[in-house]
Amino acid sequence: MSGLQIENRIWDTVETLPRERLRVLQTERLRSCVRQASQIPFYREALSRLGVDADTISGPEDVRRLPITTKEDLRQYYPLDLLAVPREKLVRIHGSSGTTGKPTFVAYTAEDLNLWTELCARFLVAGGLRPKHTVHIAFGYGLFTGGFGLHQGVERVGAAIVPAAAGNTVRQILLLKDLDADVLICTPSYALNIAEVARAEGITPADWSLKYGHFGGEPWTEDMRLRIEQEMGILAFNNYGLSEIIGPGVSGECAARRGMHLAEDHFIVECLNPDTLEPVAEGEQGELVITTLTKQAMPLLRYRTRDIASIDTSPCPCGRTFARMSRVVGRTDDMLIIRGVNVFPSQIEEALLRVDGTAPHYLIEVDRPGTLDRVTVKVELRPQDFSDRMREMQALRARIDREIHAITGIRVNVELVEPNSLERFVGKSRRVIDHRKGT
Amino acid sequence: MKIQQLSLFLENKPRALRVPTRILAEAGISILTMSLADTEQFGILRLIVPDAQRAKGILEKAGAVVNVTEVVAVEVPDRAGGLDGVLAVIEKESLNVEYVYSFTARKGDRAVLVFRFDDPDKALRLLAAHGVAVVTELDGFLTPGT
Amino acid sequence: MIEQWNDTPGGFHPASAPDYLPLPQLRDLQLRRLRAIAARAYEHVELYGKRMRESGVTPDDIQSLDDIVRLPFTQKTDLRDTYPFGLFASPMPEIVRLHASSGTTGKPIVVAYTREDLQVWSSVMVRTFAACGLHRGDIIQNAYGYGLFTGGLGAHYGAEALGATVIPISGGNTDRQIMVMKDFGVTAICCTPSYFIHLIDRGEELGIDFRELPLRAGIFGAEPWTEGMRQYIEKQAGIKAYDIYGLSEIIGPGVASETETQDGLVIFEDHFYPEIVDPDTGKPVPDGQEGELVLTTLSKWAMPVIRYRTHDITAFITTPSGCGRTLRRVHRVTHRSDDMFIIRGVNVFPSQIEVALLSVEGTLPHYQIVLTREKGLDQIEVRVEVTPEIFKDTISALEGLQARISHSIERTLGLRAKVRLVEPNTIQRSEGKARRVLDQRNL
Repeated sequence: MSGLQIENRIWDTVETLPRERLRVLQTERLRSCVRQASQIPFYREALSRLGVDADTISGPEDVRRLPITTKEDLRQYYPLDLLAVPREKLVRIHGSSGTTGKPTFVAYTAEDLNLWTELCARFLVAGGLRPKHTVHIAFGYGLFTGGFGLHQGVERVGAAIVPAAAGNTVRQILLLKDLDADVLICTPSYALNIAEVARAEGITPADWSLKYGHFGGEPWTEDMRLRIEQEMGILAFNNYGLSEIIGPGVSGECAARRGMHLAEDHFIVECLNPDTLEPVAEGEQGELVITTLTKQAMPLLRYRTRDIASIDTSPCPCGRTFARMSRVVGRTDDMLIIRGVNVFPSQIEEALLRVDGTAPHYLIEVDRPGTLDRVTVKVELRPQDFSDRMREMQALRARIDREIHAITGIRVNVELVEPNSLERFVGKSRRVIDHRKGT
Repeated sequence: MKIQQLSLFLENKPRALRVPTRILAEAGISILTMSLADTEQFGILRLIVPDAQRAKGILEKAGAVVNVTEVVAVEVPDRAGGLDGVLAVIEKESLNVEYVYSFTARKGDRAVLVFRFDDPDKALRLLAAHGVAVVTELDGFLTPGT
Repeated sequence: MIEQWNDTPGGFHPASAPDYLPLPQLRDLQLRRLRAIAARAYEHVELYGKRMRESGVTPDDIQSLDDIVRLPFTQKTDLRDTYPFGLFASPMPEIVRLHASSGTTGKPIVVAYTREDLQVWSSVMVRTFAACGLHRGDIIQNAYGYGLFTGGLGAHYGAEALGATVIPISGGNTDRQIMVMKDFGVTAICCTPSYFIHLIDRGEELGIDFRELPLRAGIFGAEPWTEGMRQYIEKQAGIKAYDIYGLSEIIGPGVASETETQDGLVIFEDHFYPEIVDPDTGKPVPDGQEGELVLTTLSKWAMPVIRYRTHDITAFITTPSGCGRTLRRVHRVTHRSDDMFIIRGVNVFPSQIEVALLSVEGTLPHYQIVLTREKGLDQIEVRVEVTPEIFKDTISALEGLQARISHSIERTLGLRAKVRLVEPNTIQRSEGKARRVLDQRNL
C-alpha cells in the first residue's frame, strides 16, 4: 500500500517450532502449569473436584478437563488472592478496569516480566521493528498494561523510545516529526486522530519518517487499516492481549498480515461456543479461552476472554508455525472499548448511583464523529434535582462527569434530559447505543 | 425593525449588577427592560434602553465591556395561546432562538417578548409573512417623565 | 552478605557504596570524569566546542576541579535553541530513550539517554530509595506521572532495580490511589508532597487513617515544600517524609536526596558536580552562602550538560551529615532566581501561558495567574480580562471561550487550569504592568 517493504525477521526460533514438537512442549508446560496453579487454593479445590492431576495430562487437548476462570473470579479474589508465589516474589502489579469501581489486578514475578517483554519483542520485530528505530509510544502508561508491555518490548529490541503516553495530539505530532520517529504505537483510533490533526496542521506523510505502526487495545477493521496506512504512509500491524493473561503480546501480526500469531508456546488458546463451551470448528468464530502455560505469579486456567474471533492453524508464508487468530470481531458481554479503555455500563451506573443515591434512568451513546470515540451519557433529571439556578445544574453535570471519570477513567459528555424522556424497555433495558462502525 | 440590545459582561460577585445601573442612572438613561443570565463564574446582563449607542459609549467610558446585539421584539396577544401561536410560526419556519425574555411594559393589550434569533433579518421577514407584529419603535415604552 | 540489607531497614545497600567514598577518592573520580565529559562535549557537541573555543578554554585546561569555572555556563535557552538533537553527543542508534519537558515557550526541551545512562539513572534512584530506608520487599506505589515527564519512569526503574514490588499507578484518580495503598499494603509512595497531603485529606473523608496502614515512607519531590508540610505529613500519616531533587535536563529524579537523618539533601556528586554561584555575577559564593545551584553531568554520555544554570536557589551545608555519607549536601530548594513556578510537579513559565492565550484570540489580553492550594492540591486559575473583542452575548459562547483557553493551556502545559473571565481593569497592575503570578499557596 505505502510501498514499504518489510523483511521477514524472527525474534525467537521457537516461533518456527514444528507443530508436533509444539504439542510436546505444550503438554509438558500444561503439566507444570497445573502444578503451579495447584499452589492457589481456588484452583487446588477446583482441580481436585474435577479429578485433574498434573500427571494425568497427556496432551494439549486435556486443557478441556481444566476448570473455567472468569473475570468474576478475579474480582472475587481481589486484590491478589490468586497468587501462586509468595508476595515477596512480585516485582510488578498492573490492573484493568473491573465491571464495577474495583479494578482487577494482576501480578508479575521477574520471570513473568521477562516473558511479557519477550512476547512483545516478538511481534514488534515481526512487524518491522529494528534496533536503529525510534519508537513513539502514545499509549497510556500506568496500571494499564498497554504502555508498559510495548515499552519493555521496544527496550528489549534496543530501539529508542519516546514515551509520549496519551493525550495532547498537537504535541505528539510535533515530537513525531521533530524526533524522526520510525514507529508509532497506540490505539488504531488514536492513530487516525493523529493523522487527521496532522492533516489539519498541514503535515503530510512526506514530512515525517514514520514507517510502521503497531496498533492494539481496541477492535478495528481492515477499512481502518487501509485508511491509517494511506493517511500516514505506513504499514499498520495489529496485536492482541489482555492484562488478565499478561498484557499485549498474546498474539501479533507478521509481515504476511493474515491474522495474529498466537504465542502458543506460552498459551493454549481455545475457541469455544460461548453458550455450550464446546469447541467450534476450525476457522469458525467463537470465544477465545486462554490458559497461561508458564506464568508464575498468577497462572490462569481457561480464562474466558469474552472476545470473539476465529483461529487458523494452516501454515503461514512467514515460516512461523504458531496458529493465527483473526481480528476480534465482538464481545460476548456488554463491555465497551472507548479510546482503548475498557468500560462496562455497570460502571457508569455505579457512578450515577454515587451522585444521586438512586439509580436514575440513563442511556449511553457511543459514536465516533471524527476519529475519536465520543461517549454521551444522557441522564434523566429527577424533578427534585432540578434547580432554576444554572450554576447548580452545571455543578450537577460536573459532579456526574467527575464520578464517571473517577470510576472508568474516561471523560464523557453528560446531558441532563427531561424526566421520562428516555425510552423504557421491558426487562433488560437497552442502556447502550453504539453508533460506531466496525466495532 | 431590529432593536439594539446592550449586553454587558459581569463577574459573579457582590454588587456587580449595581455598577452599570448606577452609571446609567447618573446619565439619566432609563432601562426599558432587562434580563440576567448567570453561570457559576460570570453573568451577562442584557438591557434595552432608548438610545443604545449613547448608553454603550457611557458604559464603555466607565470601563464596562459592552456589546450591541440585534434582537427582535415580538408582540404577543395577551391571552391563552397567544405565545403558542407565535412559537408555532417560529417552529414552522425553523427559526433558531438563542434566548428570549419579556418586556415589563405592555403595548396596548399585547405583551412584548424579546427574541434573540441567530438570523434576525430572516426572522423579521418570516414573522412578517405570517402576520406576527413586531415592535418598530421604542418610544411607546417610555413612561412620561423620562 | 547481600541478603543482610534486605532484612535490615536502614542497612547498607551495595549500590550506595559511592555515597561513602573517602573524599580524596571522590575528588579524584570527579576530576577524571569531568575531564572525560568536557572532552566529550568539546568534541561531539557543536555548541560546547564553539563556546569553549570562544572562552579560550580546552578540556586539557581542566587540571583540577576548581578549573570547572573556566567552562562556559549552559542555560535552559541553549536546550531550546538546539532543539531537538543539537546537544546530543551520541549518534541516534546508541540512544534508547528520549524524554521531553515543556520549555519556556511552546517549544519542548528534549533529553536523551544511552543504555548506560539509563543504568546510571536507575543506580542513583536506587541510592535515593536506599537513603530513604527502602529495600527489596517494599511495595512501592509510584504516583508520579508516567510519560515524557522523567519523574514517573525515573522512579519506576529505580524501584525495580531496588527489587521492590512496583505499582505503576501514575498520577490522578485519588480514590483509587487510596484504595490501592490500603488493599495492597503499600509500604512507600512516590509523588509530589502536595498530592500526598491531598491523599491524606481525602483518606480522612473516606474514614481511612494512614497511620494504621503499613505505609512507612514517602519519597517526595518535583516541587518545593516546607518543614511545616513535612511535619504535617509525618504526623498525619505516621510516615517518614523525604525530599528528593532532580531535573530532566540533568537526568530526572536522582540528582539529590535526603537520607534517613533528614538533614539536607546529599548530591550524588560522583555523577552530578554541584557549584553554587551568585545568580547575577555567576561567580562562586563562599560555602554555606545562598546562591544558584549549577550542575555538571559527570557521566551522562548521550547528552552531557556542562555547568547548567538550574535557577534553583540553595546553599551548601558545611557540617558533616549525621548519616555518614561523604557527599556534599544542600538545603532544600524553596525558591528560584527566575519566574518559573511549579504546580502539581509541572514546571510552568508565565511565558507559556502567554503563548497559550495568544493562540486562542490572536491578541494577548491582560491576565493573571493565581496559584492556590486546596486540600493539598495545587490549583491554577488564569484570570483573563474580557475585552470588547472577545466578549460575546451568549453564555454558551463565553463558556466556549473559557473552554478554548483552558484547552490551549492544557495543550501547552499538560495541566488543566481553571479559566476565569473577569471585568476589564480588575487585575492589579504595578507600574502599569500586571503582576503576572499571584502565589497564595503559602509555601
